[in-house]
This record gives sequence, C-alpha cells and structure tokens, in this order.
Amino acid sequence: MTWLFHNLSYVGELTWLHLLQSVLPVIIGTVVSIPVARFAAVRRSRGAEGAGGASRARAGKARRGTVVNAAALLYTIPSLALFVLLPLVLGTAITSLTNVIIALSLYVIAMMVRSCVDAFESVDAAVLDAATAVGYRPARRFWAVELPLSVPVMAAGLRVALVSNISMVSVGAVIGIQSLGTLFTDGLRRDFTTEIIVGIVLIALIAVVLDRLVALAAAVATRWQVRS
Amino acid sequence: MNVVEQTWNWFTDPASWGGSGGIWIRLAEHLGYTGMVLGISVVVAVPIGLWLGHTRRGGNVVIGLTGALRSLPTLGLLTLFALWIGIGLTAPVLALVILAVAPLLANAYAGVAAVDPAVVDAARAQGMKEWQILFTVEIPNAVPVLFGGIRNAALQIVATVTVMAYIDLGGLGRFLIDGLAVRDYSRMVASMLLAAVLALALDGILALVQRMLTSPGLVKEES
Amino acid sequence: MNPVSRNASRREVLGLAAAASVLGLTGCGLSGKNALGPSKGKGTIVVGSADFVESQIIAEIYTAALQNAGHKAESQPAIGAREAYIGAVKQGSVSVVPDYSGNLLQYFDKSATESTAEDIMSALAKVVPKGLQVLEPSPAEDKDALVVTKDVAKKYGLESLEDLGKVCSDLKLAGPPEFQERAYGLPGLEAKYGCVPAKFSPINDSGGPLTVKALLDDQVQVADIFTTTPAIEKNDLVVLEDPKNNFLAQQAIALIRKDQVPQAAQDVINKVSKTLTTQDLIRLNDRVSGDEKASTVQAAKDWVSDKGL
Repeated sequence: MTWLFHNLSYVGELTWLHLLQSVLPVIIGTVVSIPVARFAAVRRSRGAEGAGGASRARAGKARRGTVVNAAALLYTIPSLALFVLLPLVLGTAITSLTNVIIALSLYVIAMMVRSCVDAFESVDAAVLDAATAVGYRPARRFWAVELPLSVPVMAAGLRVALVSNISMVSVGAVIGIQSLGTLFTDGLRRDFTTEIIVGIVLIALIAVVLDRLVALAAAVATRWQVRS
Repeated sequence: MNVVEQTWNWFTDPASWGGSGGIWIRLAEHLGYTGMVLGISVVVAVPIGLWLGHTRRGGNVVIGLTGALRSLPTLGLLTLFALWIGIGLTAPVLALVILAVAPLLANAYAGVAAVDPAVVDAARAQGMKEWQILFTVEIPNAVPVLFGGIRNAALQIVATVTVMAYIDLGGLGRFLIDGLAVRDYSRMVASMLLAAVLALALDGILALVQRMLTSPGLVKEES
Repeated sequence: MNPVSRNASRREVLGLAAAASVLGLTGCGLSGKNALGPSKGKGTIVVGSADFVESQIIAEIYTAALQNAGHKAESQPAIGAREAYIGAVKQGSVSVVPDYSGNLLQYFDKSATESTAEDIMSALAKVVPKGLQVLEPSPAEDKDALVVTKDVAKKYGLESLEDLGKVCSDLKLAGPPEFQERAYGLPGLEAKYGCVPAKFSPINDSGGPLTVKALLDDQVQVADIFTTTPAIEKNDLVVLEDPKNNFLAQQAIALIRKDQVPQAAQDVINKVSKTLTTQDLIRLNDRVSGDEKASTVQAAKDWVSDKGL
C-alpha cells in the first residue's frame, strides 16, 4: 500500500493511458459497427416487398452471414500479434499507442457487429412499418425510431466488448506500450506482487465503473421502455 | 511486401515444420493446453451454472461473478501466479481457467434458466424427479446456448494461450514471443496465421459437434 | 519490454529501422509517455531511458547530477525498446539516453564482431550516426552471463564455460527467448564451447525473479542473467568465466545528441560514468527490485548525493 501512495502520479499516468486505450477503441468500434450492422441486418418484413422478396431475402441472408463471419474472423487473431503487426501495415512506430487503439477497435468491431445486427433485428418490423405509415422518411425513421429501439440489445453487447477490451489493453505492455499492464511486466521483473495486484485491482475497478456508466447511459436513453 | 515473402519462405522451409520447435509440435502443444484448460473449466463451471440455472436462483450472482471474472486481466494473473508458483504449467493454466470460466458459467446458467417454465412444469407434473428434469429436459434444451459458451471459451483460450509463451510455455505463442525478441516479423505473422487457422478449425469442429448433440426438435426451421 | 529492449538491436528487420527513423512523426504524437510528457522548455536536457529498471536508474542519475550542476534537466523514463529511444534521440525529443557499449555497437552495425571493451569502444566511435555521440564508457558493466548454483558448480566441477561445455548435454538452461538465436546465445555456446544444453526454457523477465527461482528450484541448472542482478550475490550463485569472450562487453555509456548537450553537461555525465561501478549498479538494482522497492528516482538521488556529484 505504501508503494501505491509513493507512486500515485506514476500509477495515475498509467491509469490515464489505460483509460485512453480502453475507451477510444470502443467509441471508434461502435461508430463503425452501427452502419455495417445496419447494412447487414436482415429485415423481417412480411411480404411487403412484393415480388422478388424471396430472392432479396436470400441475398440479405448471404450478406448478413458474410459480415457476421468476417467480423468473427477478426476475433481469432491473437491481440499481441495484431499489436506487433499493425505497425508494419500502417507504418507507425511499434511503441505507438495508435497501433493498440486501432487493433482494439478491430476487436470491438468483431464483437459489436454481431450484437448490432442482433439489435437491429430485434426491432419489431410492425413498428417500423407504422413509422413509415405516419410519414417518417427513412433517415428520420432510422434516427428517431429504429436506432433508439435497438439500444437495449446494443448496450448489452457494448458492455461485454468494453469489459473485454479493458482487460486486453494490458497485453500491450508485453511489447512496451504503457498502460496499467506495465505494472504486470514491471512487477514480474522486480519480483513485486504488490505492483501486480494494484494493476489487477485498478483494471477491474475501471471495468466495473465504465460498465455501470454504459448501463446507466443505456437506461437513460431508453426511458420510454416499460420496465417490469 | 518484404514480410509477406519472408513469411512464405518460412512456411515453405521444411525446417520450420519438423523438430522439437517445429510447427507440428507447437500446434500439438497449443491444442494440448487448450484442451486441458477447456476441460478443467468445463468441469468447474458447467455443473455450477447448470444447477443454478435449474434452481432459477442466483441469477444476479452469476451475472456479477462472470462480469468480475471477465474484467480480470489475464496477463496480470499470469505474472502474479508465476511469481507465486514459478515456471511450469500451473500458473498459465490457472490464469486461463479463470478466463474461460466466465463464458461457460454464464451460458450454462442462461441456457437452463431460459428453458420455458411450462415445459419444466409439464415434466414435473408427469412425476419426474428434479435430476431427471435437469438431465432429460433442461440440459437437452440448453444445448445450443451451452455450446455457445463452450465455443466462445475455446476461441478465447486458443487466442490467449499465445500470450502464455511469455513465461516458458510452448504452443504457437513461442513463434510470436521468440520472433518478437529478435524482431523477426515473418515468424510473428506466421504465428498469427497459425493461431487464426487453429481457432477457425476448432470452432468449426465444435459447431459440428453442437449440431450432432442438438435435439432435432430444437433446430429452428429455416426462416 | 524487458530483455528485448536491451538486446533488440542485433537482428533488426529493415522495415523497423525505417519506422524508427520516422518515429518523430508517428511515434511521438501518441507514444507512451511521450503523449503526456511535460513539454520541455528551451535548453532543457531531456534524459530518456529504456523500459527496464537499470536503464531508468542510470537515466535518473544523469538527471539528478545534471540538475545538481545547475543544468536544466528532466527525465523521460521508459520510452521503450532501443529502436524507440534511439529514434527519439535522433529526432530530438530526447537529448541523452544511457545504453550499453556492446549492444549499442550491434545496433548501429549488425555485422560487428568486436567483443572486448576496448575494441567495442573504438568501433562504436566510427558507427555512431552524425549528430550523435557516445560519451566516455563507465567501468560499470552489465552483461549477459551464465550462472549456476554453488551445488551445481561443485557437482559438475564448473568454473568456466569450458567446463560447462563438457557436461552441457546433461543440463537445462533458462534465459530470455532471444538467447536461442543471438550470436552470443546458444549458437555461440555451441561454436565456442561445444555446449548444447538438454533443454532451453525461454522466460521473459530479463533474468529476473522467475529465472532465478527456476535455477534455485533446480528446474533448470544454468541460467543466463545479467551480471548486475543482485540475486547473484544474494543466492551465492557462481558466474561462469568466459575465456573466449562469447559475451560482449557491455559498459554503461551515454548516447547524446551533440546540439542539445553542451560541453559542461557532457563533463557532468562523464564524471558520473567514471564514478559508477558495477557494484553500484548491483546495489541500486537491489534497492529498486529487492525488498526495499525504492523508486528509481530516490535510489538515483541518494547515490548522487553519496558521491557528492
């Protein structure tokens, strides 16, 4: 404990770096995932599309499968490998935070595309038809009806992605990228379990706090929902 | 690009495949660790999850616990356990089991808890004992969700075993960590490709097993 | 990044070297500490370091000594691996970094074959890029060494690597992963001493606690650790002699950017180097990594005031 008090500014700096690497990818990943998922989601419409509906439905399903599977494929790549290899592709320095942020954004996309697709598909087609019927144009219908209605499922996925991401950030320490994970590699070299435990506790704490924040934000955003 | 060519050369070099540090051995080690960790995690997590699901109690405990487990950084656990226990299999396996328990527990619980209460009550009305209900009604109904957890856990283990090479462990992560140590990018690319292929193959096999174990009555008609 | 950072130089992929040279553009914007490091005022000497403990201690010593001598100096610890911190010097965001002579030579000239302290220094002077300069080497040295426990030394009659060569095939060896491939590692042991160990255990802790523990627990019988590791003295480990100079000399040395370090400041650093000994490094490492867990800054400041610098 005394170690923590003597090194508050150091730990604080690492915590800040950790937060940066945890939150940015989640924001980037989510912003990318929503349009991709919207494009891939298969609308469960009931014959309203008339002739050609069947073949269009088939094409939609193929599209959905491709997008969801491609996203899942990303997830099979070990994070450490991605941290190291992105600099080669991007031309960034290996110790640059940019690599970690882009790599982790990819993981968030891998997880979020799936949940966003599910989220859009969870929206009752009848509600969307009703919105169209009362005169909503597609863009407004998306922002005012479809997106808000898909928030609950999306938020559930977001929370899982966020928590896994916070834990994954620490792996960057293996290649010298500073985060709370640095406490693990440094603690290992200095035979210093206190340092490692401080790191684990802080990471778990960040995860809990951010997770609650997202849950809260989702609850606020869906106040219209009837709670049982 | 240069690295692509080097990686190709590395893959086509027979020396990369054979021998004690070759691809085949590393693949086998990787699969071995994965199987061991998955086995231990299933034995630990699934019975608890199934039972809690059957009693339909402790939902909050399961959600809280899996959330907490998920937020524990595996690298932190690995370094901590290694300092306590030393090199060898114990520390990495322990760290990986903690990682894998979360999805298994969550899905075992959710799978059973989500079985239609009317179905369970019907079974009870027929005079089935509780364990009979669990084994003949609830578990078969929970197979898709339960297997979702197993596949998720397997994918996470396969990807994370690579990090375990940080402390004297074999597996495909050796190529990654050793390559990193001497800045040999071709080997790191190879490690990534091999781990991804292994993950996909394993997921495919588990999907097949899942299909075989799923009761035909549960397979949704194509919609 | 522990052992890598210290030894990463030997086998660079070209692409990485190129990436390192543009580090100024890409690396510094968002690179670790650089993202948050205090913006340096004009004329401030920024002392960088690698991301392992000893390098940070030496950097803090330079900083404290420079400050005591009236220079404006600040430290920027743990920049990363060698390509990162040397990139930072080239690009000008860092003015001084501590390094080790042998590894530095290998970084600038991969084909260098020199292994003794003097040869390395004269070769190094020739390959340092324009605008940079190495200052005087310190007698303090931190190099790779193979160590065994007293029991093992007695059992097999081991004093030098030549003795080890005869019984090597019965013994297991632990070290950082790059030891498998570097010229001074397994290839060098085999070529110079005919030593091929029964098994090699790669451990990423820079010859730290896990490696030592594996040695003490007899999970391995020989370990590659750094000569300034306090554990050597503490556990009465035997450092095997290296008559054929398999391991390169690694004197502590400062790499500077000439235009940012005035002569007076160079003199201060040279004085530090002259005073610093291997024994000091062992003690400083022990304060930071041993039971005390002193901060690198504290350990460095105490040493500087002890020596009256």
